[in-house]
Amino acid sequence: MTERPPKLRIRGLCKAFGQKVVLEGIDLDVAAGSSIVVIGGSGSGKSVLIKCILGLIEADSGVIEIDGRNVLAMPRREREAVNEHIGMLFQGAALFDSLPVWENVCFGLIAKRRLARRDARARAVEILAQVGLGPEVADLSPAELSGGMQKRVGLARAIAARPDLVFFDEPTTGLDPIMGAIIDALIVEQVERLGATAFSITHDMASAQRIADTVAMIHKGRIVWQGPASAIRNSGNPYVDQFVRGSTEGPIKMEVRR
Amino acid sequence: MQAALNLLGGIGAGLFAVLSAAGRVVLFALSALGHCVSPPFYPRLLARQMIEIGYFSLPVVALTAIFSGMVLALQSYTGFARFSAEGAVATVVVLSITRELGPVLAGLMVAGRIGAAIAAEIGTMRVTDQIDALTTLSTNPMKYLVVPRLVAATVVLPLLVIVADILGVMGGFIVGVFKLEFNPGAYMQRSWEYLKFEDVFSGLVKAAVFGFVIALMGCFQGYHSKGGAQGVGAATTNAVVSASILILVFNYVITELFFAR
Repeated sequence: MTERPPKLRIRGLCKAFGQKVVLEGIDLDVAAGSSIVVIGGSGSGKSVLIKCILGLIEADSGVIEIDGRNVLAMPRREREAVNEHIGMLFQGAALFDSLPVWENVCFGLIAKRRLARRDARARAVEILAQVGLGPEVADLSPAELSGGMQKRVGLARAIAARPDLVFFDEPTTGLDPIMGAIIDALIVEQVERLGATAFSITHDMASAQRIADTVAMIHKGRIVWQGPASAIRNSGNPYVDQFVRGSTEGPIKMEVRR
Repeated sequence: MQAALNLLGGIGAGLFAVLSAAGRVVLFALSALGHCVSPPFYPRLLARQMIEIGYFSLPVVALTAIFSGMVLALQSYTGFARFSAEGAVATVVVLSITRELGPVLAGLMVAGRIGAAIAAEIGTMRVTDQIDALTTLSTNPMKYLVVPRLVAATVVLPLLVIVADILGVMGGFIVGVFKLEFNPGAYMQRSWEYLKFEDVFSGLVKAAVFGFVIALMGCFQGYHSKGGAQGVGAATTNAVVSASILILVFNYVITELFFAR
């Protein structure tokens, strides 16, 4: 009997910008249906990692397999086909300013799944309801929404095409703690409903503990620890301990420019 | 000796930077042209851009053209009066407007209005991750953002120049007839007498090239902007300045191609 490959498998992923090495041989496995959260300080390489996986930045070397297929070796059209099964919630939601909320939510369905525009609005209202937004929001422009509502619309857009792999980039950044908890609960609920695999990056420990099955810590472009979310406060890893405590004492030296 | 070497080094680095930037623009343009001819196409976005670039630029282009025609008539009359050649005013106005002022002034006005708007919009989309969001939604940003703007500007600017030509000549006519007291029929006859098809056609070719250049520089600068609001501001300035300079450069090149003997 062959073992089922992980949903996402990363091996030896490297990325440098000029002389600055950002990712230095990342190895990571994400099991299908699980929720992994990558934690790490500012500048540790989290965002570059997620952008490399999504194909927004070209990796220098390494392997990224989704469902056992190396996406780095795929032609562009094949890669676009893979992306159709991926959802992404950006840090600032990244809603399209020029489109109303309903068109933002159904953008992928209209563009790639050929959903008729007359049906798209009704579909968008259904999806908005799943993230706790009423139909009155559908015709607003993104600029008319609060930060929390923008995140919800971003989440609605990310899950609209029923993806089986969803990425969350700092889902609670810029939100108050209550709204952050609400967004986290929505993420957990929607990922479970879809039966999807979730890959998140954050430096918000409360958020990480709410949405993660597994936590990995990245520091200076390397994964320095990976384990179950329940073990994060007793990891025994000095990097994780310092990060969880939010202490300035420890192996992580933050650059402070005065 | 060291100072001279430093100076040469600085000049070399500057030249290298300019050539490198020019190369990036050319590659961007080639990539955009490649995307122009392969599906998917976005006719709804193209129509929206044609309205934005063409219809909403009409007032500024019309006002510029009409006053330029009026000034040209007045200036050429006072100049030609010195050697009793007032009769050439109508011809000078119509040739200047159709060959040069119509396309160049419309181009510069649209560069200020549309080049800046394109760079600001695409630049903001870049720094707020909206362009990355397009990619994750399996939509090619070059096809979705760049191609409709390039095609719309290239098609619409000649139409704007036709309007500018008509209004510019009309401006000259108004000053010629109502202020300088030319006979209206004689003025119109002198206007058409020496006007050739290639005078108008060269202006329209210039307009199409200027439209392409304006949209290209706006898209290029916006697409590569970084660093938040400051970066978007710089992209906007660069788009307008580079498009304006390129308009003047291409104006000479196309004039040379059409009229050099």
